[in-house]
Amino acid sequence: MIRTVLVANRGEIARRVFRACRQLGIRTVAVYSEADRNAVHVRDADEAVPIGGAPARESYLSAERILEAARQVRADAIHPGYGFLSENWRFAQAVRDATIVFIGPKPDAIRKMGDKIEARRLMAAAGVPVLPGSFTPVADPAEAQRVAGHVGFPVILKAAAGGGGIGMARVGKEADLPASRRAQAAFGSGELYVERYLERSRHVEIQVFGDDSGRVVHLHERECSIQRRHQKLVEESPAPALSESSKAGLTRAAVAGALAIGYTNAGTMEFLVSESGEFYFLEMNTRLQVEHPVTEESTGLDLVVAQLRVASGEQLPWSQTEIVQGRAAVECRVYAEDPAKGFLPSPGTVSKLVLPSGDGIRIESGIDAGSTVSVHYDPLLLKLVTHAPTRAQAVQRMADALDGCVIEGVRTTIPFLRRVIASNEFQQGRVHTQMLEQGAFNA
Amino acid sequence: MPEEIKAHITGVVFQIPTKPGDRVAAGDAVIVLESMKMEIPVEAPRAGAVKEIKVREGQTVQEGDVVAVLE
Repeated sequence: MIRTVLVANRGEIARRVFRACRQLGIRTVAVYSEADRNAVHVRDADEAVPIGGAPARESYLSAERILEAARQVRADAIHPGYGFLSENWRFAQAVRDATIVFIGPKPDAIRKMGDKIEARRLMAAAGVPVLPGSFTPVADPAEAQRVAGHVGFPVILKAAAGGGGIGMARVGKEADLPASRRAQAAFGSGELYVERYLERSRHVEIQVFGDDSGRVVHLHERECSIQRRHQKLVEESPAPALSESSKAGLTRAAVAGALAIGYTNAGTMEFLVSESGEFYFLEMNTRLQVEHPVTEESTGLDLVVAQLRVASGEQLPWSQTEIVQGRAAVECRVYAEDPAKGFLPSPGTVSKLVLPSGDGIRIESGIDAGSTVSVHYDPLLLKLVTHAPTRAQAVQRMADALDGCVIEGVRTTIPFLRRVIASNEFQQGRVHTQMLEQGAFNA
Repeated sequence: MPEEIKAHITGVVFQIPTKPGDRVAAGDAVIVLESMKMEIPVEAPRAGAVKEIKVREGQTVQEGDVVAVLE
């Protein structure tokens, strides 16, 4: 078993990994930037190492500084969390080259799924449905127009090196294609591809988990359609209003896709599900997801403990039949953003923090009263997770938990989240990825 | 009448796509700020010529700080 884990991350996810380590008796090491000297994740660890300046590229994005810190404390494993270096295959390779365990998949799997065009090709070859579109980069707007003519408008232009909504532009009709300013900029900056854009589709993803023996299981689905800027705000498991046949197809495709690339450790296969229930591969996230707690609360299993065990060379701790969605779970992401101003960032100092507690409420927080919310990092403050025997009860618990959450000093997404949870659309599970931009939850 | 352009959020100056003397239209990005992983343009409130840029790349600005002046 691993003895010392360095977490190359900050905030709530660093604390989440430390908690799993403590459960297994593993020593924990935090790293921190100058801006994070007094951050809560630093106090949580057995040891903490400063790694550089406040801008992420001088600290959390610096592979050299993180490896140097790992050598200094004799860490035998690194957990990358999400974001930062978590999906950088060169970092994963450098960690292995330093004879340190990278808690995640093999570098080759990260590289293959990081190139979104190659991922499309590999998944299509494995029999996973992909959206109509290009399987090679499109060089210029004229070529994009040819591909779009074949697959039909609307289309979406995506960056091959993107993911998580980076570098995406929806193009509604042919005349808009050459004029799309974002597209023009993107053509200049790297490889681009075209996919059919699915109107009113839902984002449903499947948690997968593989081990070194070549076995892959799934941990069912998460519904994540409530998004702003292609980034998730509310997630839940099980997904409401997903037909049995769609669900069976999704889990089968997700496992087949993961097996095709020899996937190990935790990963997520993301799909779009059309109004009529057809599903298409979107991308694979080769790391632990922000929203992994809804899967944990629904199944009662600990994904991070399993990550540590599998990274230590153990086999998967569960068989497929043991993985059951025994209850309903919902997660709301509380960001330091102002929903009244188009979700603009709201950095500052948290002057007051009151968090709800009670049956079926789990909180993953990266802040404390007095914490500084810096301009340098992602604005996620904390995640509220509720669970209950039924979805209606879990949703009601979330409404109560949001009411019991007080954060002063920065503006947050809480008022918006309250409106989502209270809406008829959400309560009936009738959600899709365009609802926010269409103003469904406006005040 | 010169008009001051103020930052509408706190952030770090990521890019300065304009220079003194440049003509801009209403809505053009005069400065681009970066805050919490987002690039946020500070736009010209009207058409005009850029008279002065008050910030440099990498500088932290607070909400309400003057970042540029239009002729």
